[in-house]
Amino acid sequence: MGDPGLSNRSEARSPRGAVEAVAVTKRYDRTEAVKAVTLKIPSGSYCCLLGPSGCGKTSTLRMIAGHEAVSEGDILIDDQNVTDLPPARRGTAMMFQSYALFPHLDCLDNVAFSLRMRGVARAERRRKALDLLGVVQMTDYAARRPSQLSGGQQQRVALARALTTNPDVLLLDEPLSALDPFLRTRVRAELKRLQADLAITFVHVTHSQEEAMALADQVVVMNDGRIEQSGSAREVFNSPRTPFVARFIGGHNVLAGRVESCSGGRAAVAGAGGSRLLVPAGGLAGGSEVFLAVRSDRIRLGEGEGDSNVLEGRVAAIEYQGARVRVTLACAAEELLLDLDEAVFFAGPLAPGDWAKACWPVAETRLLQSL
Amino acid sequence: MSPDGAVGEVARGGLPRGRPASPAAARFPRLRAGASYLQVAPLAVILALFLVIPILTIVVVSFWRFDEYRIIPDVVLDNYSYLLTSAVTLGLYLNTLKYAALAWVLTLGIGFAVAYFLAFHVRSTTWQMTLFVLCTIPFWTSNIIRMISWIPFLGRHGLLNQALLSLGLVDRPLEFLLFSDFAIVLAFVHLYTLFMVVPIFNSMMRIDRALIEAAVDAGATARQVVWHVVLPLCKPGIAIGSIFVVTLVMGDFITVRLMGGGQRASVGLAMSNEISLLQYPAAAADAVALLAVVLLMVAAMMRIVDVRKEL
Repeated sequence: MGDPGLSNRSEARSPRGAVEAVAVTKRYDRTEAVKAVTLKIPSGSYCCLLGPSGCGKTSTLRMIAGHEAVSEGDILIDDQNVTDLPPARRGTAMMFQSYALFPHLDCLDNVAFSLRMRGVARAERRRKALDLLGVVQMTDYAARRPSQLSGGQQQRVALARALTTNPDVLLLDEPLSALDPFLRTRVRAELKRLQADLAITFVHVTHSQEEAMALADQVVVMNDGRIEQSGSAREVFNSPRTPFVARFIGGHNVLAGRVESCSGGRAAVAGAGGSRLLVPAGGLAGGSEVFLAVRSDRIRLGEGEGDSNVLEGRVAAIEYQGARVRVTLACAAEELLLDLDEAVFFAGPLAPGDWAKACWPVAETRLLQSL
Repeated sequence: MSPDGAVGEVARGGLPRGRPASPAAARFPRLRAGASYLQVAPLAVILALFLVIPILTIVVVSFWRFDEYRIIPDVVLDNYSYLLTSAVTLGLYLNTLKYAALAWVLTLGIGFAVAYFLAFHVRSTTWQMTLFVLCTIPFWTSNIIRMISWIPFLGRHGLLNQALLSLGLVDRPLEFLLFSDFAIVLAFVHLYTLFMVVPIFNSMMRIDRALIEAAVDAGATARQVVWHVVLPLCKPGIAIGSIFVVTLVMGDFITVRLMGGGQRASVGLAMSNEISLLQYPAAAADAVALLAVVLLMVAAMMRIVDVRKEL
């Protein structure tokens, strides 16, 4: 996919395809799939809409594409209001989850389809389509029907077809979900490289946080038709805003508790099982319900020195994961996940049923926005 | 070839060859072969009784002789030589083919439009099914009754002519409405459009809706979507519908008799006349020739479209 000709072509143009959604709502009969979502995607960036199924991420994508009518709000692309424009006049192109290749046409005609619709002469459109098949390294398969291709090959053809219209924004609906895990990571890298080469905006819908973190300049976590958090992958992972984000992005423990006292820039929080945790925070009213998050790889086994939170529990499960060992600790009211370095774990290995103490620095404890 | 060849393969449901279907079958290979034949026997018997034997009878009778009051077993080619040299035959076939072509074009046009509306414009499944059942309601009445009901409507003093006269659109009744080619083709279209609607609707319901969106995404207009995506993907349905309509029209005699008022002829009607004159061998020869022509037409359609995709 990293065709040199392609990058030369794109050097001349400045990034394009800034997408903006302003209080966009999608209503089906009685349910609201998307609730007043406001979102800004800078031009030439890679944006991932991340969330569980039914969170409204695909509806949002389809509204940007123009395949779904917007119930309320506006969609702007490069500062032009496209809310009522048909899909083909928005400067967007969509790559469908099932690829939606035309089964009755060979790869070349699939890629050339949009040119044919625009009345481009046969020789011209075949030449262009062959070019694009070259970009995705599928030239040898030009005469094959989609049914004769593997999933990964179909995906490449679908990508070439989407690029035929020269879009400013490429919309990808779960593009990797149909591929096997090994291929997924490879295609993922190719997508990222292609996006950089083309310097256009990619909006990519996925339910895999791993995929989103690997690809996105901007991760948009959605839940129940709303945006929970939007920011760079690092921002979202290091400072999740809500309990939902902390749980969904993975690698976090979310602990519930009630504020006991708050002074000197830190608050003492009592957990349901009698635990007492400190968190850097100010201005919390005593007695209010709060959620805390701590990264599972920041927790260590042991008593902890100085400024640490400590929880004690029985080892419920041990999972060997290669570089790390995941220990599940069942404490009084909560379950704590620890991602321990392999060497550290096996220096003093535990067995399920053992009692253990886990600790982490107070500074690593994060106060989450209450719901 | 061993007795468990093709038949055994089917009976074992595609297990790799040479692997015993069950321990019992492995011990008694003869039993295995016998069981396979037994399994295909019911269908074979039904086909033999109701398809092969009747057709063979017709073929045999087509070589017999006949006179005014009897038919005589023989092997003569008189029936065929008359059939193939008579100028009447060519006229009959041309006329029948004309009906078939007109009925095909019209049922295809209407059938495609109705199926398209049902499949792509009716959003709710409930309405889709309701309207679909509505389409089939006329089929709860006999063909003959449906044809006869056209007569008071299209006749010289029928409803349509009276309406046209009273509106001042014509100054004398239109004669071509009834007992004409027009009436015959109209009846065919009325009778057989549903045979086109059902398979095309079925094809359309199988089209992945994402394909339509992909076409729209690529800038196709509504018309281009129909022409470049829906139509090619409906080909198997169109072929099946076409086979229904063409074979039904080619073999028809009652519609031509009723709606043509005895003044129009078709191959089927000629055959029916021969039968009523007890000229069975001549009718049988006619039937064999018609069967050959229709089979050729179906073969041609199957060549153009791979119908198996639909089944």
